[in-house]
Amino acid sequence: MPVSLIETLAVMVAKVAVVFGVLLLVAAYMTWVERKVIADMQVRWGPTRVGPFGLLQPIADGIKLFFKEDLIPSQVDRVLFLLAPALSVIPAMIAFAVIPFGGTTTLFGLLPHPITLQITDIDVGVLYVFGITSLGVYGIVLAGWASNNKYSLLGGLRSSAQMISYELSMSMSVVGVLLMVGSLRLSEIVRAQSGVAWWLPILPVPNWFLFSQPLGFIIFFICALAETNRAPFDLPEAETELVAGFHSEYSSMKFAMFFMAEYANMATASAMATTLFLGGPDGPFGPSPVWFVGKVFLLLFIFIWLRASLPRFRYDQLMTFGWKRLLPLTLVNLVITAVVAAVR
Amino acid sequence: MSLAHLEPILFAGLALVAAISGLLVVIQRHAIYSALYLILTMGSLAGLYILLEAHFVWAVQVLVYAGAIMVLFLFVIMLLNLPREDVPYARRDFRRILLAGGLASVLLVELVLVLAFRPHAGAAKVLTPGFGTTETVGRLLFTQYLFPFEITSVILLIAIVGALVLAKKHFS
Repeated sequence: MPVSLIETLAVMVAKVAVVFGVLLLVAAYMTWVERKVIADMQVRWGPTRVGPFGLLQPIADGIKLFFKEDLIPSQVDRVLFLLAPALSVIPAMIAFAVIPFGGTTTLFGLLPHPITLQITDIDVGVLYVFGITSLGVYGIVLAGWASNNKYSLLGGLRSSAQMISYELSMSMSVVGVLLMVGSLRLSEIVRAQSGVAWWLPILPVPNWFLFSQPLGFIIFFICALAETNRAPFDLPEAETELVAGFHSEYSSMKFAMFFMAEYANMATASAMATTLFLGGPDGPFGPSPVWFVGKVFLLLFIFIWLRASLPRFRYDQLMTFGWKRLLPLTLVNLVITAVVAAVR
Repeated sequence: MSLAHLEPILFAGLALVAAISGLLVVIQRHAIYSALYLILTMGSLAGLYILLEAHFVWAVQVLVYAGAIMVLFLFVIMLLNLPREDVPYARRDFRRILLAGGLASVLLVELVLVLAFRPHAGAAKVLTPGFGTTETVGRLLFTQYLFPFEITSVILLIAIVGALVLAKKHFS
């Protein structure tokens, strides 16, 4: 029985709705997770008042932000000031479209045809994600510029310099994986990581690129921290020197949109790291989406853990680290991988 | 109505956005807005590449031009803190108008010539399987177009070395 156009469309809309909804929910609840985890690490309670374990806190925060006064300072560039939060949140949301979050499923036999748990599988998947996420910087830069505030402007400037510097190392760290797979398609990259590692026959180590490309994974993760403006790379919003950086002048839901963008970007970066280095939805038993979500949350936990542990970089340290340490390391990694791939 | 009927509409929309925002790049008084309209132009060009099934070129367009080069443009504009320019209109420099008109007419003649004598006039060719994929583009770059490809990389290298030399001059 061929798949009809209506069914294709229905499946597509359903997948988009589910992924979008889950991403929004994760972005909202990551604020709760972050506050709880950091509180635990600092021997505090964190949110406890709203609901059991403070679980309703993100909803209360959301309602509060909706009803806050929406301030637009005088002398701002109104068009760009209003556009910036949207430009920040949209790329964060749509980058997820090509990431495979499971194998195929018929939803326990409810569906006539098995569906792939991935919104769309395009030939240039890796480049799509990098391309879309690299657009996210515009929101931050324009917010900084349009606010007509020197702290905001400095935050925006730092952000653009930081993003350009670390994007280079980030893309180069992935090339190692691409050399081993020979495809930019994310489903191919996941498939290449299934099974047990061929180069280590004694131990049943999964064939994830985490084990064959450890340097690549570490560099990718460090760059992901920098790209998402997370501590210790949160210079664009360094509160000790720049008030709140690029979003100093923002209030109400526009401020919330920057927040959502940051957490959605964290989720996308974690999902990308999972897909490229941790085998994506690959797992020894049980349903594949569970494995995927588990790995993503493990990485998100590391994001928070690092924020609780590390002090912020100084600006010159940030640049030295990016250009003089990470970039040469990615090149070394790339040359070694290329030699191995050529010999094999 | 199938999806194929959408293509002319999408093409018209994207082409219109590309042309109008291209014009706005020049008209805008503020450098930031010019840069933003340039991003929009590049975005619509990227859309046209998708209509041409050139997915790899789309990705490179977004990644390199919209994602990296234009960020650098914005960075420089913001760093120099360029003010709004309120001078034009009044300055009707005859030589400039002559130069612009000359260049525009050369471009127009070129366009007409291409439309009149284009090599594949009206031929709707069937795409070979794998057209526009990374693999096909890569294979072409490293076989048929290897020489121009290598020349391009040498030129880029020269530009990098040149930039370094210019930057170092200040410090020594």
